[in-house]
Amino acid sequence: MRRLIGKIVTCLILTVIAAIFLLPFYITLLGSFKSYQEIFLNIFGLPESWSLTNYTEVVQKIDFLTAFRNSFVITAGSLCGIVLFSSMTAYRLLRIRTRLHRALYFLFVASMVIPFPALMLPLVRIMSTINLYNNLLGVIFAYYGFGTALAVVLFYGFLKTVPASMEEAAMVDGCSHIGTFFRIVMPMLKPTTATLVVLDIIWIWNDYLLPAILLTRTKLHTVPLAISYLFDQFNSRWDLAMAAVVLCIVPVLIVFLAFQKYIIAGIATGSVKG
Amino acid sequence: MDKKDLTLRRSKQLRFLGNELFFLGPTLVFFVGIILLAFALSIGYSFTDWNGVTNEVHFVGLENFKKLLTDRGYWNAFGFTFRYAVAAVILNNVLGLILALMITSLKRGTNFYRTTIFIPYAMSAFVLGFIWRFIFIKGFPVIGELTGLSFFSQKWLGTPSTAYWGLVIMSVWKHVGYVMVIYIAGLATVPEDILEASCVDGATALQQIFRIKLPMLMPSVTVCLFMSINWAFNIFDMNLSMTAGGPYNTTMSVSLNIYYEAFKYFKNGYATAKALLFFLVVALISILQTRLTSKREVDL
Repeated sequence: MRRLIGKIVTCLILTVIAAIFLLPFYITLLGSFKSYQEIFLNIFGLPESWSLTNYTEVVQKIDFLTAFRNSFVITAGSLCGIVLFSSMTAYRLLRIRTRLHRALYFLFVASMVIPFPALMLPLVRIMSTINLYNNLLGVIFAYYGFGTALAVVLFYGFLKTVPASMEEAAMVDGCSHIGTFFRIVMPMLKPTTATLVVLDIIWIWNDYLLPAILLTRTKLHTVPLAISYLFDQFNSRWDLAMAAVVLCIVPVLIVFLAFQKYIIAGIATGSVKG
Repeated sequence: MDKKDLTLRRSKQLRFLGNELFFLGPTLVFFVGIILLAFALSIGYSFTDWNGVTNEVHFVGLENFKKLLTDRGYWNAFGFTFRYAVAAVILNNVLGLILALMITSLKRGTNFYRTTIFIPYAMSAFVLGFIWRFIFIKGFPVIGELTGLSFFSQKWLGTPSTAYWGLVIMSVWKHVGYVMVIYIAGLATVPEDILEASCVDGATALQQIFRIKLPMLMPSVTVCLFMSINWAFNIFDMNLSMTAGGPYNTTMSVSLNIYYEAFKYFKNGYATAKALLFFLVVALISILQTRLTSKREVDL
């Protein structure tokens, strides 16, 4: 009996906590349909009318669709490269043991401690030198640089748990290293890839600082940058901001909910291994 | 015979090299070209007076580092970041652990609770900073009126101490889900039979938690501490959007301080020196922490 009461109490507490956690989203979602005044007068209640004017105004005022497209291009482009290049590297570093490979792996791990401010200033310089400043491709290349460390570590950690027998069998049958990788290893990497994709989407789509430094032309802005406009130039237009935030959150939310199995499992196993 | 062996070996070496280039090439191009190169340049620029805009770069030796030592704003930022990190790390881990224990004690509904508490992590810190600014400035006073609790009606982002807690609250809200997920996974590795045996021996739930579960969770604690310390020290996005360092630079984190030094005052060389010192401090703390908690990990 005591156990049951304990469980009910736990359930209640967790439900209250979950509700508190969702409160900011609730406020933002409802606020996105309210007029500027209504937001301040009626923070927690339902909107008087579910009007989409905030949304249409946001799309016009800060060119949201272009920002959305930019964010999408950057995120998708970065992901493709990170997944492909890092999986190849992790495979090579793990399966062929040389001193160089061990040193490289250590370098990847160590680089993850470097905070972004220590790298961001020369980054601008590097990008302008190779003429990729104010260029979406430059941002994508930057994400390749920053994203490979974690990706290599994740793939490496996973591959360690996979015996090399299938790969060896393939090579005995005459398959090249490259062929073995694409035909045997890559399909095995699907769960880790799913985890990495979700983690990286969460990082890249939501990132503010890196695009802010490398992209100054408004036409190239990503979604977080576009949202920041609503606060500098339009003096805190909370009504528009809430609509913009909803638009920013929804894509990531969809990806997250669709893949939550993978990311939660991935975080869990990735952390247990170290 | 010899010549054949030689060409065979040569072609094998070439193939090996070709494979190396194929598998490692692209990654290394970007890793070295961006991370390592930027890091090396950072070290270089920290000895100059570069302003980040023009091409005038003059070598100034250790000037920047000497200036660092007496830079009030920088050390205040360090102090603030440190105080903020202590609160954020402790709260993240304690709350994350408690939530993990609560969720693992249930059989149903665990997915729902786990997901809702995790969702804030998936959102943009920068964007969320604005939302929380709204909540603290406008939302809390409304709650204060409705409930009559003056706790909610104070000027949250207007005074240094409450702004500090505002940042901590928002940061914990965002990160506790991730920490909780790791602890849930760690708790799942505690063997059932040990728990049952302890039950037979008359252990209470609390005793189970402190004597069995916690020691076995040390690997998870190592990881969670590492990550939460990293998040805390590197805070930038939500700092910028929620307080921008205010009121009066009292909630200025080190990253924000460096950012302003570079992009508001155009002292890139100096900012780089600051950033490098910051890196050393963070690296040192991370290494110390991993050493400390790894030692306490318990094997079965």
